Amino acid sequence: MSNHHNNGARASETEQMAQSQYLKVFVQRDYSEGTVVKFQTRFPPELEGKLDRQIFEGTITRLNSYFAEAEKATCSTYCEGCLACLTAYFIYICKETHYEKCLKKVSKFIAEQNERMYEPRGLKLTDPSMRGLRVLEISCLDRPPNV
Amino acid sequence: MTQGKITRKWEAFPGQNRFYCNGRLMTAPHSGVFLLTVFLITGTSALFFIFDCKYLAENVTVAIPIIGAVLFIFTMSSLLRTSLTDPGIIPRATNEEANYVEKQIEVTNSANSPTYRPPPRTKEVLVKGQTIKLKYCFTCKIFRPPRASHCSLCDNCVDRFDHHCPWVGNCVGRRNYRFFYMFIVSLAFLAVFIFACAIAHLILISKEDSRQFLDAVKESPPSIIVALICFFSVWSILGLAGFHTYLTTSNQTTNEDIKGSFTSKRGQESFNPYSQGNVCSNCFHILCGPLTPSLIDRRGLLTESYMAELARPITTEPVLPMKPYPIQNMNGPTHITMNANEMPGIYRQTTETTESNAGSVTHLVSSEQPLAIASTVHQMSLAQQQQYKSQPSLNLGRAHHAHHHHYHNVTSSSASAAGGSSPPPPPRVHKSQSLADNLNSEDLHLDAVVLGQQNKFVGSSRLDNDMTVQDRENSLLSANRLRLLQDTTMIESALDLDSLDDSSLGTNSQNGLMKVMV
Repeated sequence: MSNHHNNGARASETEQMAQSQYLKVFVQRDYSEGTVVKFQTRFPPELEGKLDRQIFEGTITRLNSYFAEAEKATCSTYCEGCLACLTAYFIYICKETHYEKCLKKVSKFIAEQNERMYEPRGLKLTDPSMRGLRVLEISCLDRPPNV
Repeated sequence: MTQGKITRKWEAFPGQNRFYCNGRLMTAPHSGVFLLTVFLITGTSALFFIFDCKYLAENVTVAIPIIGAVLFIFTMSSLLRTSLTDPGIIPRATNEEANYVEKQIEVTNSANSPTYRPPPRTKEVLVKGQTIKLKYCFTCKIFRPPRASHCSLCDNCVDRFDHHCPWVGNCVGRRNYRFFYMFIVSLAFLAVFIFACAIAHLILISKEDSRQFLDAVKESPPSIIVALICFFSVWSILGLAGFHTYLTTSNQTTNEDIKGSFTSKRGQESFNPYSQGNVCSNCFHILCGPLTPSLIDRRGLLTESYMAELARPITTEPVLPMKPYPIQNMNGPTHITMNANEMPGIYRQTTETTESNAGSVTHLVSSEQPLAIASTVHQMSLAQQQQYKSQPSLNLGRAHHAHHHHYHNVTSSSASAAGGSSPPPPPRVHKSQSLADNLNSEDLHLDAVVLGQQNKFVGSSRLDNDMTVQDRENSLLSANRLRLLQDTTMIESALDLDSLDDSSLGTNSQNGLMKVMV
C-alpha cells in the first residue's frame, strides 16, 4: 500500500487495520431469475467447519424470500405506485414504500440471526443494504484475513 | 483532511454528483442544460397562463386554466423528481470486497476454464436461460449487475441504466425511470395543450372582430411566441414519448435498445429475459411496480469505519510531491519569514558556485526545505552541493532563470546596503550592515518577493531534484510533506517551531528577517 506516507489517511489507517483483521466471505447475487435480489445458496468453502450448511441455507432462503416479497408484483404495490403517480409523486415525501418496509424487515432479520446463530459461532452478517444489495458479507471474527 | 467537519456520507461520496439540502437532493455535475429546461417550461407556461388563459377562461371554459395548472404541476414534479433523486446508483465496493472479487478471478483463472481468459474482466451468468455478460467496473470495483452501466459523467454505476439525460440533468436509471417517463409524457401533453390553446386564442380573436390572423397576432404577440416554442419542441418530445413507450412496453432500456442486446443475431435465438411477459405487465411493473430505495445512504452519519471501508483513491493515494510547495507560496508572510530564516545558510553555501548552474541548483534544493531544522539544512545542502556539482546540467533552463533571480537579488541588496561592493563572500555581512545602517523595509520587501519566485521554481524543478537526493534527505522531506499536508494551521505551527531554532519568534516577515540578520 502506498498510503503509508500519507497523513490524510493516517487516522483511518489504524481503523482499516482493525477492520481487516478478520476474514470476510462474500455471498454473491444469483441472477438466474432476473434482476430481483437473490443471493446464491452455494455454501462458501471458507465457512466449512464453522457453520452448518443448513443454517446458512436457511438464512439465505429466508433472506431471498424477504426480497422476493419486496419485489413481488402484487396488487397492493401496483396500487401504491398508481397512487403515487396520481399525487404527482408527492406521496413519497411522507409515506414509506413497501420496499423500504421490507428492507427494515431484512435488517431486523439479520440482527436477529446474528444474535442467535452467527455471533455464538464467531461470525457476523452485514446487512446487504449496507453493501448496495450486491453481496451478503459474512465476517469471521476469529480468523485473520488471507487464510 | 478536514475529517472533523464531515458528518454525513454524501460529503464523502466518491462519484461526481452534487448534493443539496444536506444530502436530501442530488444531481449530476453539469446542470446548465437542466436549468435551461426548467426555464423553457416555466417561461412558456407563465406566458401561457398570463396572456392566453385569462381570455380562454372568460370566453371558453374555466377548465382550461385548471387542466393547464394540473399538467404543469405534474410535469414539474416529475422533472424535479427525475433530476434531484438518486437514479439507482450502485455503491462502490469496499476494499475487502474488491480484494475478494479479485481473488475469485484468480481462482477462475487457474481453473483453466476456456471461457475465462487471462484478464477475465467479464463474467457470464445465465438469466432465465439467456447468457448475459457482466463486465467488471474498474472504478466501482464490482462486476456490474445485469442491466447496470457506468455513467462516465457522474462516475457511478447505475442500475438499469437507461441513459444520461442532460435535459433533466441526471442519469436515468432504475429508480427514476418512471419519473422520467411520466415527465416526458406529461410534457408532451402540456406542450400540445398549450399549443392548441394559444392557437385557439389567436383564432378566437380574429373571429371576434372578423379580422386577419396577422392582426390577431399583433394584438396578442405572446400567444404566437408560446405557440412557436411549443410547435418546435413538441415533435421531439412526442418522438421521445413514443420511443420510451415502446421501451416500456417491451421492458428494455435505451442502452439495451441501442446496443441491440435482445435482437436475434446470427441465427441465435435471443429474447429479453427481463420482460414480464406481456405489454401490460411490463408497463405496470416499470411505472407502478415496487420502487427500490436508494442504496447510497446519503444522509447516514459518516463514521471512521465507513471511511476505511471505501476503496477511495482520493484519500489513499499519497499527494504528489509537487503539491506542498505551491501551497507554501500561498501561505503569505510567515512563509517568507521561514525562508528568510534559512537564507543565511543558503547564501553561505552557494556563494562560491553562483556562477555555475550546479550552484543555482544547490541553492534551489536547499531553499526547498523550509521546514527542516536549520542545522540539517546546512548539512544537507553541503551534501547536495557535492551531488549537483557532478550532475550534468540538462534541464537547467529553469534553474538558470532562478539563478538569475537569485543573483539579482543578492547584488541589488548588496548594492543598496554596501554601496556596490564586489559580490558575495558572506552576504550575511552585507545584511547585517544593512541592518546596522537602518532597516530598509523596501529592501526587505524585495527580498521577500524574489524568494517567492524562487520557491515557484523550486516547485517546478522538484522532480529532478527528488531523483538524486539521498535517502536520508528523502525521509526528512517526506516528514516535511507529512507536516505540510496536515493543514494550514499545522504548517504555521511547524514554522514557528523552526523559527525557534533560529532564535526567531517573529510572526511577520520583517520581524523574522531582522532577527535572522542580527
